[in-house]
Amino acid sequence: MTPAVIDTSSRPAVERGFRLQWEAAQNAHVLLYPEGMIKLNTSAGEILKRCDGATTIADITADLERAFSASNLSDDVMRFVAMAVERKWLKIPS
Amino acid sequence: MAENPLVSASAQPAPARPGPPLWLLLELTYRCPLHCAFCYNPTDFARSAAELDTADWLRVLREARALGAVQLGLSGGEPLVRGDLEPIVAEAHRLGFYTNLITSGVGLTEARLQALKQAGLDHIQLSFQDSTQQMNDFLSSTRTFELKSKVAALIKKYDYPMVLNVVLHRLNIDHVEDILEMALRLGADYVELANTQYYGWAWHNREQLLPSRAQVERAEQTMRRFRERDGRPMQIYFVVPDYFERRPKACMNGMGSIFLTITPDGTALPCHAARMLPGLEFPSVRAASIEEIWYGSASFNHFRGFEWMKEPCRSCPEKTRDFGGCRCQAYLLTGDAANADPVCDLSPHHHLVTDAVARAERPAAVPVQEKPLVFRSERNSTTLFVKRDGI
Repeated sequence: MTPAVIDTSSRPAVERGFRLQWEAAQNAHVLLYPEGMIKLNTSAGEILKRCDGATTIADITADLERAFSASNLSDDVMRFVAMAVERKWLKIPS
Repeated sequence: MAENPLVSASAQPAPARPGPPLWLLLELTYRCPLHCAFCYNPTDFARSAAELDTADWLRVLREARALGAVQLGLSGGEPLVRGDLEPIVAEAHRLGFYTNLITSGVGLTEARLQALKQAGLDHIQLSFQDSTQQMNDFLSSTRTFELKSKVAALIKKYDYPMVLNVVLHRLNIDHVEDILEMALRLGADYVELANTQYYGWAWHNREQLLPSRAQVERAEQTMRRFRERDGRPMQIYFVVPDYFERRPKACMNGMGSIFLTITPDGTALPCHAARMLPGLEFPSVRAASIEEIWYGSASFNHFRGFEWMKEPCRSCPEKTRDFGGCRCQAYLLTGDAANADPVCDLSPHHHLVTDAVARAERPAAVPVQEKPLVFRSERNSTTLFVKRDGI
């Protein structure tokens, strides 16, 4: 399988069978998948909830920078998305 | 300075309130069209009281979800035997559970799959007993291989990730290569090769099911070779057979920490095998709320923390990692659930595990003559395991 090429124009989406949701009891976003769950830290949750398959990584980054009054998040977002694709939490639709 | 026991007792931090039961397993029924000899269900299931009705199950879902339960397993027996599986799934989905159906596939018609999809079912785990029709059908004491293959195709058609589960043991572990090839042919996304855990029927049949060390090592090599092949999108999980380890599994992540099972008759358990543990009265959801059961019942609090432990666990630095292993295995092998799991080579009872492994060193083809394989069936349960209680 050739690894998906990820750049700022990619539009990541949560992988089939995975579901992201807010869990009040854990005070965290969690990623649910067959018989498993990943409790996400704040930044991972904020990135993943913007991965809707329609928004580019560039736009996700810009939105996060606006929402959290931050700058230079591009590398962090890219690193996280690459890791999440590697772990099959996210897919990059071609 | 002499230690004042009252002061030192009150200086202990109050035990933290345990976290919520994140994982809820509903064993909807013990009825099952299969008769697998390695089933972990209790051997005396035939004496089990009447199954909960739909309204009870829906109440259990609501109460557990309110506490924070989020992963839901629907199992049994065969959960598809219940005609109300669809409304149960629908309510679970509405509440925000991630719903996992754990099934043999028997009864999963296209009409039901369509209804389950519509109800919001997230995932189906389909069990196979072997890669060959002959062995699959022998091990489950049914003719189900063809049917399972058809169900696998349906699962793909309805765009579910396909997760195959195959329980491994002495009689099929040499077929791991064929099992993985079969999984690939069926288009599986995940394959779970789960070595038998010895509870219930599997415990009764342990001498016939425990593989030799060489068999386990060959299977692991085959699996690694398969994983390393190029272009294989299928993920393989190998659940290690703990009898061959030197440290126990962190069973249930510690009893009463994240896992809650409800049996068909409504008994709440901190693990699916716990009902066998003597001296513990497990509460029923018919009489108490999930909150009362999880936080307040003596049986759920019994194995929380480390106070219950005996040596060598009590003073062991690894107790926070493995919680002393499995309480049910400690009980089955040593007669005392508070002992260290004998899988641990620090346990004074470790020889009970190594003796069983040593007995498994006989050639793979040599069956145990003096003891037949006992299949899980209502009839066997009734005639062999239900004590007559003087009736």
